[in-house]
Amino acid sequence: MSAEGGLTTAGYIQHHLTNLAVCSGAAKDAAGHCHGFWTFHLDTLLVSGILGLLVFGLMAKVASKATAGVPGGLQNFVEMVVGLVDQQVKDTFHGKSKLVTPLAITIFVWVFVMNAMDLIPVDFLPLGAAAVGIPYFKSVPTTDPNLTFAMSITVFCIMIWMNLKVKGVGGFLHEVFAAPFGIKLAPVNFIFRVVEDVAKPISLALRLFGNMYAGEMVFILIALLGIWQLPLALPWALFHILIITLQAFVFMMLTIVYMSMASESH
Amino acid sequence: MSINATLIGQAIWFAIFIWITMKYVWPPLQKAMADRQAQIAEGLAAAERGKHEQELAAKRSADALRQAKEKSAEIVAQAEKRAQQIVDEAKSNAKVEADKVVAGAKAEIDQEVERAKQQLRERVAELAVAGAEKILRKEVNASAHAAMLTALKQDL
Repeated sequence: MSAEGGLTTAGYIQHHLTNLAVCSGAAKDAAGHCHGFWTFHLDTLLVSGILGLLVFGLMAKVASKATAGVPGGLQNFVEMVVGLVDQQVKDTFHGKSKLVTPLAITIFVWVFVMNAMDLIPVDFLPLGAAAVGIPYFKSVPTTDPNLTFAMSITVFCIMIWMNLKVKGVGGFLHEVFAAPFGIKLAPVNFIFRVVEDVAKPISLALRLFGNMYAGEMVFILIALLGIWQLPLALPWALFHILIITLQAFVFMMLTIVYMSMASESH
Repeated sequence: MSINATLIGQAIWFAIFIWITMKYVWPPLQKAMADRQAQIAEGLAAAERGKHEQELAAKRSADALRQAKEKSAEIVAQAEKRAQQIVDEAKSNAKVEADKVVAGAKAEIDQEVERAKQQLRERVAELAVAGAEKILRKEVNASAHAAMLTALKQDL
C-alpha cells in the first residue's frame, strides 16, 4: 500500500519514520531538513500534548465529580485504573510521598494512550496530514526517543530529589561513596553508583522506545504487503495491545521501584 | 532520530501532566475511594452488629419460652397436687361422714335391738304371765304371784 506513489519501499518506510521537524531557517540544510539541537518535532509534541490534555482533562473532570457513593461507569473505570496503580505503589513503595502515586498514574495513563496511537492504521494520520499539506507525520509519540528520554530524565531528576529529600545531602553523599563496599573503597563505590544511576534513565527510555519503534516498524512492513496485510495486521494489532499495556506498566513499575530505592537507606 | 529540543518540550508536557494528576486527579479520587471504603466497612460492621443483636434476641426469646414452659409445668404440677389434695380431703371427709353414718346406724340398730329386746322381754313376761295365767288359772291366783313374776322380769 505504498500510497506515496512512485516512492520505493525504503522511501515509504523512511517517510513513515520521519518526524515533522521545525527549526529556524539557519538550521536547515539545502533539502529543507532540520539539523542541530534546536529542532522541534511538532508531531510528537502535539500528539502527546493533545492526548495528555484529553485524558488527564477527562480524569480531572471525573475526579472533580467523584462521590463516595455508588460510582458511575466512567468514575468506576477511572477508579479502577487509578486503584491498580495505587495498589502497585502501596506494594512497592513504603515511604511517605504525595508525589509517587500521581507520578505513577501519569506515566501509566499517558504512556498507554500514546502507545495506543500505534493501533491507528499506519497510513491514516500521515495521509490526512499530507492532505492538508504537512509533509511528514509520525503519529506514535513513544517512537520518538526525545519523548522517552524526556520522561526518563524527568524521572531521574525526581529520583535524585527524592534521595536528597529523604536522606539529606550528607546522607546521600555518604551512600554514594560508602555503599556497598564501605568508605575505604569510595572511588569504586562512586563509579558503581554512577553506572547504576545513569543506566536507569537510559534503560527506561530505550526499552519503551525500542519496543514501540519495533512494533511500529512491523506495522509499516505489514502495510507494504498489499492485500496480505489484511489477515496480518489484525493479529499483530491484537498482540500489540499486550505490548502497549505491558510497556506502560513496566515504565510505571520501574519508576516506582526507583523511587522506592531512592527513599530507602542502604 | 536525533535528540533535540523536543526533549525539553516533552519534559514540560510531562511536568504539566504530573502536576494535573497531583492536584486535580489523585486527591479527589483518593478521597472518594477512602470514603467509600470507610462506608463499606461501617456497613459491614453494622451488619455484624445486627446479626449479633439478632442472635441475642433469639437467645432471649428462647430463654423466655423455656421459662414460660417451666412456669406452666409448675402451675400444672401445683394444680395436680391441689386436685389430689382436694380429692384426698373429700375422701377423708367422706370416710368421716360415712363412719359417722355407720356409727349412727349402729347406734340406732343397738337402740332398735335394745327396744326389740325390751319388747321381747315384755312379751316374754307377758307370754310367761299368759302361760302362767293359763297354768295358774287352773291352780293359782294371778295376783298372788305377781310379785314373784316382777322379780323374775327384773332378772332378765
